Amino acid sequence: MMELLLEPLSYDFMVRAIVTTALAAVVCAVLSCWLVLIGWSLMGDAVSHAVLPGVVLAYIVGAPFALGALVFALVAVTLIGVVRNTSRVKEDAAIGIVFSSLFALGLVLISVTPSQTDLNHIIFGNLLGVSIPDLIQVLVLGVVAFAILILKRRDLTLYAFDPTHAHAIGLSPQKLGALLLGLLALTSVVALQTVGVVLVVAMLIIPGATAYLLTDRFSRMLVIAPVVSALCSISGIYLSYYLDTASGAMVVLTQGVVFAAVYLFSPRQGLIGTRLAMARRRKAAVLAAG
Amino acid sequence: MSAPAILVENVTVHYGEVLALDSASLTVEPARICGLVGMNGSGKSTLFKVIMGMVKPDAGTVLIGGQPPSRARKQGGIGYVPQSEDVDWQFPLSVKDVVMMGRYGHQGFTRRASRADRAAVDEALDRVELGDYAGRQIGQLSGGQKKRAFVARGIAQGATTMLLDEPFAGVDKRSEATITRLLRELASDGCTILVSTHDLHALPQLCDEAVLLMHRVLMHGPPELVLQPENLAMAFGLDVLNREETGS
Repeated sequence: MMELLLEPLSYDFMVRAIVTTALAAVVCAVLSCWLVLIGWSLMGDAVSHAVLPGVVLAYIVGAPFALGALVFALVAVTLIGVVRNTSRVKEDAAIGIVFSSLFALGLVLISVTPSQTDLNHIIFGNLLGVSIPDLIQVLVLGVVAFAILILKRRDLTLYAFDPTHAHAIGLSPQKLGALLLGLLALTSVVALQTVGVVLVVAMLIIPGATAYLLTDRFSRMLVIAPVVSALCSISGIYLSYYLDTASGAMVVLTQGVVFAAVYLFSPRQGLIGTRLAMARRRKAAVLAAG
Repeated sequence: MSAPAILVENVTVHYGEVLALDSASLTVEPARICGLVGMNGSGKSTLFKVIMGMVKPDAGTVLIGGQPPSRARKQGGIGYVPQSEDVDWQFPLSVKDVVMMGRYGHQGFTRRASRADRAAVDEALDRVELGDYAGRQIGQLSGGQKKRAFVARGIAQGATTMLLDEPFAGVDKRSEATITRLLRELASDGCTILVSTHDLHALPQLCDEAVLLMHRVLMHGPPELVLQPENLAMAFGLDVLNREETGS
């Protein structure tokens, strides 16, 4: 058993893959707690796709990926707002139009950029090819995003729960919303490295949703989500190593399977779990009566 | 004489083409409970938003305790109890967590609770008789308890002006009486309370004064007077008057 766990670690690229994924998984999972509660999952999907042209342009001009991503996250959110507010098109349609168009723009830019290999990795992720500079970038961005999320967690929760009260006590819901969107863009860049643009959204939604089914306390969600997500990600990498499958996809698949298990068996919210708990209580009551 | 708790003067608000408030004026003196009565779409929520500074009026002045709303908000003077349907009752927060949010304006960058904050929260919970429910998830309360939890948030905040949006919607008669008693106590301690409500029967027990709103303030006076059928007819249209007459 021990050998199974240790063998992949003898390869440097595996160690880098595991560190990067665990880090990205933790940051994404923390952010996902707010996204699922505000109902911003679609927004997470949109922003994580829409940053692609920004990342490609940053690659072309040699700027930091995060900068390009932030700019295009902003462009995407602005465009969504404009389309929604100034036409009869509803928000979900506006989100769909904007993010798929920007994503397509990113693909077009990739197709005309020489040295395509690096950029293709952004789409599907390239866990096993994480270089030291990649790792450092993920580390720096991840730590910054994580620190802001944790320091500002109470304000963000207030914003998610009751923005009117936030306004009434002199805070700015607009600024808090903007902060969360900025962090979403930053986190997308962190996760790009690992699972790629297409699957980032899974890391940004599944952990929060899983934790939400397990607890009634937001403070506990903030612990459960990153722990579950990190464990799933590491398991996913091991599975991909031994099954010889795509690593990013395996990470997401593991998260999905764990979500399904929780969805079915959570004692609090699970489809089967709640029924089992009820049957157990009934049996106990019968025994007590007898 | 001290400044009125709420002063709204000739406030006009448009949403695009739609006129929501038309030169509305309203003065509420400190420690009074004022009921706001009007149809859906009469501008009640807009008036609340103007008082909280969420909507900037096209014209007119709003002062809270003699100050512009932005300053009153920064000082934590304005408490808000939302309408039930505006709250996500599944949100994973305990009653205590929600009441603690009343303290955020008094706290530092990370909103870390001090001993004084915790004491204020416990005291507010006891005040609304929810001390035993502090650890419950917010949705696991009855309709009336939910309202009281949000009132406790305003108390913990130290709000001197409280705005309640439909506090009696989905609340049974007994809880209604409890909430009424609680609000009367708060008013006697000096808190000014503005309540928007559909529940006309509760008004006389609760309010010192009532306001009939139909984009403008049609009438402002003692609840008994405002609730007279011919006056309600102005705000609700004649149909309601007819039904009221045949009903009585």
